[in-house]
Amino acid sequence: MRKSSIFITFILGCTLALGLAFLDAHFQTAGDLPLLRQKIKVVETLKLTDLCLATEARHTRHPSQSDWHSPFQSHPGALDHFPSGAIIQPPETIIKGYEPHRQ
Amino acid sequence: MIELQHIRKVFNAGKPNELVAVDDVSLTIEAAKVTVLRGPSGSGKTTLLSVLGCMARPTSGRIMVQDREVTSLPARFLTEIRRKTFGFIFQQYHLLQGISVIENVMLPAYPNGESFPRLKQRAEKLLSLFNLLPKAAARVEWLSGGEAQRTAIARALVNDPAVIIADEPTAHLDTKLSRELMEIVDKFKAAGKTILIASHDPLIHDSPVVDRVVNMRDGKLIDPGAA
Amino acid sequence: MSHIVNRQRNILDFALSSLLRRKGKNLGLVAVYTLVVFALASVMFFAQALKKEASLVLSATPELIVQKMVAGRHDLIPLSYAEKIKGIRGVGAVEGRLWGYYYDPLVRANYTLLVNDKYALPEKTIAVGAGIARVRNAFRGSTVNFQSYDGKPMLFQVRGVLSQESELLSSDLILISAADFRQLFGFPADYATDLTVQVRNKKEMATVAAKIQQIFPDTRPILRDEIMRTYEAVFDWRAGIIIVVLLGALLAFLIFAWDKAAGLSAEERREIGILKAIGWETSDVLQLKFWEGLTVSLTAFLLGTILAYVHVFLAAAPLFSTVIKGWSILYPNFRLTPFLSAFQITVLFFFTVVPYTVATIIPSWRAATIDPDQAMRT
Repeated sequence: MRKSSIFITFILGCTLALGLAFLDAHFQTAGDLPLLRQKIKVVETLKLTDLCLATEARHTRHPSQSDWHSPFQSHPGALDHFPSGAIIQPPETIIKGYEPHRQ
Repeated sequence: MIELQHIRKVFNAGKPNELVAVDDVSLTIEAAKVTVLRGPSGSGKTTLLSVLGCMARPTSGRIMVQDREVTSLPARFLTEIRRKTFGFIFQQYHLLQGISVIENVMLPAYPNGESFPRLKQRAEKLLSLFNLLPKAAARVEWLSGGEAQRTAIARALVNDPAVIIADEPTAHLDTKLSRELMEIVDKFKAAGKTILIASHDPLIHDSPVVDRVVNMRDGKLIDPGAA
Repeated sequence: MSHIVNRQRNILDFALSSLLRRKGKNLGLVAVYTLVVFALASVMFFAQALKKEASLVLSATPELIVQKMVAGRHDLIPLSYAEKIKGIRGVGAVEGRLWGYYYDPLVRANYTLLVNDKYALPEKTIAVGAGIARVRNAFRGSTVNFQSYDGKPMLFQVRGVLSQESELLSSDLILISAADFRQLFGFPADYATDLTVQVRNKKEMATVAAKIQQIFPDTRPILRDEIMRTYEAVFDWRAGIIIVVLLGALLAFLIFAWDKAAGLSAEERREIGILKAIGWETSDVLQLKFWEGLTVSLTAFLLGTILAYVHVFLAAAPLFSTVIKGWSILYPNFRLTPFLSAFQITVLFFFTVVPYTVATIIPSWRAATIDPDQAMRT
């Protein structure tokens, strides 16, 4: 069989697989809608503010609620939480939140 | 068939290592005949062959191929003419390493866009003509000198060119293979092809197959017009 | 038409033969390139999916939360503040929220304790998140022992386990009654962790927040909008580890392209000369180089992206969970909904395929245009 035939078949196969992945994504997303609604209900009922991703520290567990200084821990010389601290960084809004809210 | 008018080819013009390889050569190559360019190395044979085969543009002068001037054609058209009209057999063969024999033979026809199975068939026919069919899938590095030579010849023929140009074809061949080569040349002449050979091998220019010998020295023709 | 197709296929054939000459090197190149695309695509898919999920799910978070700040730290807020805030025009209900952290030395994990009015639990009972159930082997009916702030043990019965589907939100939650919460933490009676404020007119949010700060300068209002933007920023491409992977990938692409663009070896130049000598036009040679470049980069893109999809959405991204989890003992078991961004995938495609393919063609340009005669003599 010609090399180009093999290659083209391979590429078409991969493209098909990628297409299937997109299809899967589409159907999975549609199928997850009730689950998402459920989660929204949980947030509403329990009055939650954050996703539960990294439970090791306040500022990684509740980044939207933590104050500017919580990553600094209770004493100087404390090490930062790594690697979650590197991913979940203090968002810009924290700084804004400290500024007086303008009318 | 091919007409050269006052061809001059200069390399590195204006620089200290300037070389006039071909100096004012005017020559007419007749169709369906075997012409041999004879001369010592450095006489400009290879350069002249390159110019004749439309592979190098002359510094000055005119070239006519089948009554059509090609001297100042744009590269694209020139390449197409070269591909369809000429089959070149290089002194060093210039086969592509790491590629199979049959693919090397088919390469000159790839840009033509013809159907692959048909092209493959034609290549296989050529290979069997030169007893190379069993080696079709072998890499060219594994061939003997004679086999490589025959592969180079087969490649030159894949586009069924009107003109075959060979540069020192017997340089790496023994007497037996050289005689076989001249037999093949004879066959092609009979088929109506024009053949141009550059060689200083007496076996070639003394062969009865040859119609005309042109002598060269220092980029110039000696006794132009002598048969 | 078939003439053009044939020509392209022939050239592609030769491009493949040419690449196969150095099978080991080129397969290695494809493998590494695929790996880079895989890493980059995985990060992209993961971050995008989490970002979308957060934006959808956290849209129901309280509209306005008021925290008290003391010496730069989040401190307990007196419930008396609620009265004054209720008096502000446009404010609906104001409620105190009770929540906090409990460190469990038994498993070295942090739990989030939460009191909820709707899920009012009877005394000495708790509901636990699925992650806690796993880590403490808790189930409906089992008992869990906590230590209150003054060292006294408190025994709780597990009334139920929160759903597994909501683990991304509730994995480490413990729902507890208000009285038990205050007893466990020694939490003063007339204080709360923070206040949730309901604003009747959404457009008035910022105004109300400003007013609250005016009345109580020691407070920090957090708007729902700000919470949402927190998560947008966490998973933004500019965030922490994402940018590290991004830069690493870009660097890799650059190195690949550089290697190609740095120029042809004498051997390659000679081969182009031969091709031209046997009748290939400049455009044929360039097409050959194009196919050589496209073969490698397209394969890497397709394989890398497919593998990334499988890794993130079908295998639950095992490589990333380790990174995000950090030192946490508790990590939620969740399946990410595959929210894909067509834009991101298109950008990835262009970054993967175009520079490499172009870098393969450009250096061949010069070699492809010189007289074959010259090229073969080199």
